[in-house]
Amino acid sequence: MSQTKPEPGAATLDAEPLLSVEDLHVHFALRGGVLSRFFGSDQGSVKAVDGVSFALSRGEVLGVVGESGSGKTTLGRAILRSVPATSGRIRFEGRDITDLSEAQVRPLRRRMQMVFQDPNAALNPAMDLLAAVGHPLRIHGEKDPEKIRAAVVQALERVGLVPTDQFLHKYPSDLSGGQKQRAVIARAIILGPDLLVADEPVSMLDMSVRAKILELMLDLKRDLGLTFVYVTHDLATAKFFCDTIAIMYLGRIVEYGPAEDIYADPKHPYTQSLLKAIPEPDPTKSVPRDLPRGEIPDAARPPLGCSFHPRCSKAFEICGWESRDLRDLLERHWVAHRDEQFEQQRGIVGDIALLDQPGLTAHVPAGAGHTGQEIVALLDSIRAENPHEPTWSGVRSIQDEGSSTRVDFREDCVDPPLYDVGAQQVACLLFRPEK
Amino acid sequence: MTLIDGELPPPSDTVLSVRDLKVWYGTARGAVRAVDGVTFDLRRGETLGLVGESGSGKSTLGRGVLGLLPDAAKVTGEVSFRGRDIVTMRKRDLRSLRGPELGLIFQEPMTRLNPLMRISDHFFETIHTHERGLSKDQMRRRAVDTLGAMGIPPTRFNNYPHEFSGGMRQRIMIALALVLNPAFVVADEPTTALDVLVEAQIIQILADIKRNFDTSILLITHNLGIIAEACERVAVMYAGRIAEQGDARAVFAHPAHPYTRELLASTISLSTTELHYIPGSPPDLIDPPSGCRFHPRCPDAMRVCPTRQPPTVTTELNQQVDCWLHGPDDLIPAGGREPLQREAIGVADEA
Repeated sequence: MSQTKPEPGAATLDAEPLLSVEDLHVHFALRGGVLSRFFGSDQGSVKAVDGVSFALSRGEVLGVVGESGSGKTTLGRAILRSVPATSGRIRFEGRDITDLSEAQVRPLRRRMQMVFQDPNAALNPAMDLLAAVGHPLRIHGEKDPEKIRAAVVQALERVGLVPTDQFLHKYPSDLSGGQKQRAVIARAIILGPDLLVADEPVSMLDMSVRAKILELMLDLKRDLGLTFVYVTHDLATAKFFCDTIAIMYLGRIVEYGPAEDIYADPKHPYTQSLLKAIPEPDPTKSVPRDLPRGEIPDAARPPLGCSFHPRCSKAFEICGWESRDLRDLLERHWVAHRDEQFEQQRGIVGDIALLDQPGLTAHVPAGAGHTGQEIVALLDSIRAENPHEPTWSGVRSIQDEGSSTRVDFREDCVDPPLYDVGAQQVACLLFRPEK
Repeated sequence: MTLIDGELPPPSDTVLSVRDLKVWYGTARGAVRAVDGVTFDLRRGETLGLVGESGSGKSTLGRGVLGLLPDAAKVTGEVSFRGRDIVTMRKRDLRSLRGPELGLIFQEPMTRLNPLMRISDHFFETIHTHERGLSKDQMRRRAVDTLGAMGIPPTRFNNYPHEFSGGMRQRIMIALALVLNPAFVVADEPTTALDVLVEAQIIQILADIKRNFDTSILLITHNLGIIAEACERVAVMYAGRIAEQGDARAVFAHPAHPYTRELLASTISLSTTELHYIPGSPPDLIDPPSGCRFHPRCPDAMRVCPTRQPPTVTTELNQQVDCWLHGPDDLIPAGGREPLQREAIGVADEA
């Protein structure tokens, strides 16, 4: 992935980015038990973050947007060194913090803090707000109770939990959801950080409260000059809050650029569908029906080529068609024709779970008493029914091999890097420059 | 698919008729009035969206109309399903209705499927319990057909729950609720745990159900976008009562209740241009505010509002609304329409 240049947001910019991330990878090993038997011990890893680069200027708000399994939360944690990076560099004010020891990281935590998604889980039910919000001060060596109390009062005022004497000795169970999230934010800002990583800070809150918390974060950005990484699945709140947007899919940034441009003119088919899928509170408008099929695939075995190709309506010849796509195609055909054709056709094909592995060659086994020739005929008939199904564009040849059928896919498929498209960067082959 | 008609054909096309339903729970502090006088009808093949914030009583209402409340709950009023009252029905009779007549789609599909049972066995068990006498092959065809309508391939019929993604599990749950072709289904936040693209797929499935299954749906959600997408009618719940109900287009275009209007304004969508919120928080249902329960947060509150509960009136657009702004005038005392003087609401009282 290419180095990302810092994009000017609405914020004022220093020459040096506050935070920069270069080709960051965070892989988790799959070990032990059933999984190792399936995958073998050598190839078991999930690339939760798979080569991410960006730079964040002081005062900028970066929205990291993706569905569950996109790696957005892991990215947020890796920035704060809560999970170790497998490779790549994280720089804070130009200083490489990737390999600092826990003891070296601790002083840095004054400067970078996290706001969690679930305020109920983020607060210790046995600590009142004085203890909970003041806790980071204690960890960082402050012993004077009067100083701690004064700092807590100031932080509570800052987040609007006033009058503070009403709140200092309240426990989380006494507070509403919005008040708890304010307390979590107070705890995050009490050390005077520069950077806040906010992971879905409003998604657990009721609609009538979300706007208040977003407004508070906008105030903090303005008054304290805070820089935010806003991790979310919700493009609607991100639109309100962010200067820059990074859309993530299966561990990668697939589109990156100024929020204004991305909302006005989304380039990646994935971004386009995310935006189209949000239901508007207006019965006269409806979500289009041509949304991507399926779901985010297993990150332990990502699709070949572009990770999004199996779901993409604009996918074409070189996007990475392979064996697993053939299984999906057969299953979609049988969903559509479950009455008439499935009963007759199912027997022709043997165990289709055998197709369920990455590979540019698929061997479709014939069912008992059937031949590869019948499979060829079946595939031909499915193709004739819907010749524009993009999977076929990646099929090079279909050959009868007696007791099975061999399907070869194009070998020139490409895993797209980020291409520059105007102010945006897009990892999609539709934007591959002409050679 | 065959339509299952009970012995009692419905008198009209009303499938479910709820009258003045109240559900109270006892706690150490006093009775929680989770549902406090709710009235609505659901017609055949209709989807009614029930929207409200957490603590509004919407899930309790959803359980209440299915007779699924714990024994400790005190239930009064009437829930008439095709002429039979669910509130007073014997448990055994109620149980025989669940499945073939009444269904429930849960929020968390993972926790509702037995991880040790194949999908096929879930369906065989459900079908066999309520329709004895079908052969295994008849049961299989029926299950595969319903699953297919939800987009689950017939080749996956013998898989275990863990072999499916979250969205596919929710499709399986919906198929399981519909395989006996019930007349009425409650879907309680069916997309809350799902991602936006999968949510859109499930909403489309729900929207298609009424076409393919002739089933009436009570769709419970906190998301007004989902209501707009999938429901013909909407009921807005606040503090245990329905503040407003009516045709979804009418309610969204011309909200009659100030709470509906404020809730719509505070929903953040892609077309939102400024942030808006409702001050304060939903009330404690042990000791709710007097009169109209929204009056402490209502920008339009009048002097009459805290004094008595507004009666339900029908507007020109056929919305039913409980709000004194819509009268009736002969019940409002002199000076009752003057603005209510109140203290400002601080963060101390907010949600």
